[in-house]
Amino acid sequence: MSAPLHFQSLAELSARLERREVSATELTQAVIARTKALEPRLHAFNSFDEADALAQAAASDARRAAGQARGPLDGIPIGLKDVIAVRDQPLTASSKIIANFISPYDATVTRKLKDAGAVLWGRLSCDEFAMGSSNENSAFGPVANPWDTTRVPGGSSGGSAAALAAGEAIATLGSDTGGSVRQPAALCGVVGLKPTYGLVSRYGLVAYASSLDQIGPFGRTVEDTAILLGAIAGHDELDSTSYNAPVPDYRAALQSGETPKRIGIPKEYFGEGLDTKVAAAVEAAVKFYRDRGCEVKEVSLPHTRYCLDAYYVIATAEASSNLARFDGVRYGHRSKAATDAIDLYAKSRAEGFGAEVKRRIILGTYVLSSGYYDAYYLRAQKVRTLIRRDFLNAFAEVDALLTPTSPVPAFKIGEKADPLAMYLLDIYTIGVNLAGLPAISVPCGFTSTGLPIGLQLIGQPFKEADLLALAHRYEQAHEWSKRTPSL
Amino acid sequence: MSTPQDLNIDYVANLARLELTPDEKAQFAAQLGDVLHHIERLAEVDVSGVEPTAHAFPIENVWHADEARPGLSVTDALRNAPAQRESMISVPKVVE
Repeated sequence: MSAPLHFQSLAELSARLERREVSATELTQAVIARTKALEPRLHAFNSFDEADALAQAAASDARRAAGQARGPLDGIPIGLKDVIAVRDQPLTASSKIIANFISPYDATVTRKLKDAGAVLWGRLSCDEFAMGSSNENSAFGPVANPWDTTRVPGGSSGGSAAALAAGEAIATLGSDTGGSVRQPAALCGVVGLKPTYGLVSRYGLVAYASSLDQIGPFGRTVEDTAILLGAIAGHDELDSTSYNAPVPDYRAALQSGETPKRIGIPKEYFGEGLDTKVAAAVEAAVKFYRDRGCEVKEVSLPHTRYCLDAYYVIATAEASSNLARFDGVRYGHRSKAATDAIDLYAKSRAEGFGAEVKRRIILGTYVLSSGYYDAYYLRAQKVRTLIRRDFLNAFAEVDALLTPTSPVPAFKIGEKADPLAMYLLDIYTIGVNLAGLPAISVPCGFTSTGLPIGLQLIGQPFKEADLLALAHRYEQAHEWSKRTPSL
Repeated sequence: MSTPQDLNIDYVANLARLELTPDEKAQFAAQLGDVLHHIERLAEVDVSGVEPTAHAFPIENVWHADEARPGLSVTDALRNAPAQRESMISVPKVVE
């Protein structure tokens, strides 16, 4: 018996749509029904627009009937993290400060998905302004992990990972500044990819830390992730940090059979704080590659212990600058209690932002303030150079790095009350953002209590095709991606 | 390198144009003190002669043709304005 529509892969559904075994309308209706049945328990969506999705599906069916289908995404319901602009739809970043904002334009990735015929489905919950590792920082309430609804889905793209794992979408987009696609992918048992900095346009993405932010795809399988990445990647003159080079055929790369052979295991990623079950699952994956003829060797990234420190200086500094625009003047919440212009800024921001966002704005303002800039921000940028150099040195010897994605599986909602304890969960993912590299999280097992575990593969700049091929090879030999949560 | 005790929360909150309650000030000062204590480790690293990295893949001189193109309409631009009058955003008086 085949899986219900909402649990089938994008690749499979795409083929079925093409064969007219199912229509975009039927598929969208199935996803809507699934979403409505589960949302009271999961809360992965900030909002969704049923009529709009059905209209998009009807348009897709009409195109197909006229022989004008646009490719593998035509008619596929895809959910977007609520930090990516979709014209005429809400854009809240899970914050009260723009709770009533309606996007006046499309993000570039949105336009690309529309051009590809995708059915854009829902606004997915996240940590407020993508700041967090558990999705508990949303102003609209936490998201439940589909594998255990008392646990977090990870963050900040928790809604994107949870909705996909639960069958409330066929694929989703998130954004990754310090691990916000990969970590929730690991905790929810789906595939998540953070592209090389510059591969995917950031135009229309609510900015958190501009030198680290990248939009990334979530898929049920590596192939689905490759299809979605191919649709959103590419040069965009509306993003001045966009990389100008042709986009390879990522899906074709999976079939080529040519996968990288030299894998490095960074010894600093297997130390204190790593859960034993996670370590065992990742070590089994290492064995898999070795058994298949890969050359596996230990490498060192000596500045790993400073990644977290450099990240929380650079990311908060950039955030304090980026979030200055939320001042109650042109859009967003405006305080009714303000007496003058300065008071309007201070009160609107006080009323609109949540605790974690305020903490990061304060920290970022402090590290940029007169007298501290050199000691914190400039020094962190220099350490960033060393961190990046570590990775590039390792890539002189190996093609890819293999690590755990998260040191722990999904934890209980409310369990990590201390901000520093929460920040420490990002230790395996943030180095990748500081160095601007691509990385993918792939399911690599489950704990004895049924919680998913993720494996991270880190690649060389703009070598996403290699990374996907390497991940695909592992996935094809295992059944982890076929498991679905019982909800 | 400074010490975490240097974080004058009132001064920084004012720079950030962010009004904080007494409870928030006490809580953030303690929490950020812990975070800053962790961050102090950056002082251990020898960064002499190291250039700072602002972007992992710096791209320079990004230009495009100076051509007029359609932008947001007035209606779209004002759509999310908290207060408006005669196609303008209205704000409290800034200068007397």
